[in-house]
Amino acid sequence: MEDYKEFKDSELRHQDAVCVNESEKKESFFSNLKYLIVGILFGIVFVKAEIISWFRIQEMFRLQSFHMYGIIGSAVTVGAISVFLIKRFNIKTLGGEEIKIEPKSFNKGQIYGGLMFGIGWAMTGACPGPLYAQLGYGATVVIVVLLSAILGTWVYGKFRDKLPH
Amino acid sequence: MNQPIAWYIAGPLIGLSIPVLLIIGNKTFGVSSSLRHICASCFPGDISFFNYNWKKEIWNLFFVAGIFLGGIIASLFLSNSQEVIIHPELKNFLAQNGITNLSGLVPADIFNWTTLFTLKGFLMMVVGGFLVGFGTRYAGGCTSGHAIMGLSNLQWPSLVATICFMIGGFISAWLIVPFILSL
Repeated sequence: MEDYKEFKDSELRHQDAVCVNESEKKESFFSNLKYLIVGILFGIVFVKAEIISWFRIQEMFRLQSFHMYGIIGSAVTVGAISVFLIKRFNIKTLGGEEIKIEPKSFNKGQIYGGLMFGIGWAMTGACPGPLYAQLGYGATVVIVVLLSAILGTWVYGKFRDKLPH
Repeated sequence: MNQPIAWYIAGPLIGLSIPVLLIIGNKTFGVSSSLRHICASCFPGDISFFNYNWKKEIWNLFFVAGIFLGGIIASLFLSNSQEVIIHPELKNFLAQNGITNLSGLVPADIFNWTTLFTLKGFLMMVVGGFLVGFGTRYAGGCTSGHAIMGLSNLQWPSLVATICFMIGGFISAWLIVPFILSL
């Protein structure tokens, strides 16, 4: 029974998500601090490379600069080589667990939702990650954009069953 | 330290976060899920989509709290000293639309508390933010989850999503944003 509950919960967590905790270990508050540190480094790179600059996003979509394409392209290259190496050499986590990456299945949401997100991305100059960094960088009004994004997510959840997938 | 980082350094650093998160805790890289966990922890209601054990995903909230702190640290100690250097055509276009302050990450001429209560500001910030939140969840991920993590794992649905992000962005930057700026 307990197993079934856990299975259902995992299924629900995987719904419409790429990014999921695949670990079966329980982590303490202190153990979670390592994600905070990765986040901090990430936030600094976001700011210092101007990835979260509204101006740079306009430039990207207006095809006036290679900067953002270079960043995404080289990030994917490094990411793909890493994932390949992890799979090829069966690299384990520091805790000794098998590394799992759930494959994605296709649904129409990736088209409709993708287009909607793209439109919002060029308007706000931010995808979800950069919103947190822009806020931290001192653009206080971005809290409104973030709250609105949370509301958008909530409304999606509310009407999920009625949307084409 | 007050110069922007080049793409060929920043890109690989971001790519490295994929193996780092996998190796330190079996976590797949992504940010937009944090918005869902905030919904699930604060106002799940009776919506099944939000009734899961969000504590299992609390690492993701630590991660985004870190991104927020990273933004603060960068602004205090490492801020890019000059205004952003952008293509002259974009600079002209923005100037024609009243955007001349290029110093922050977002154009202060629009992204401010006064403009928020105008139609222009409402569309840019509130509607734009809503589309980001709704669209990323509908698509099942954002730039980090699909475009970086998904493509790195050679998932074709992530490629479809990434192409759609770009199409949406082109439509928005060429048609919608200029329209809103002209209001």
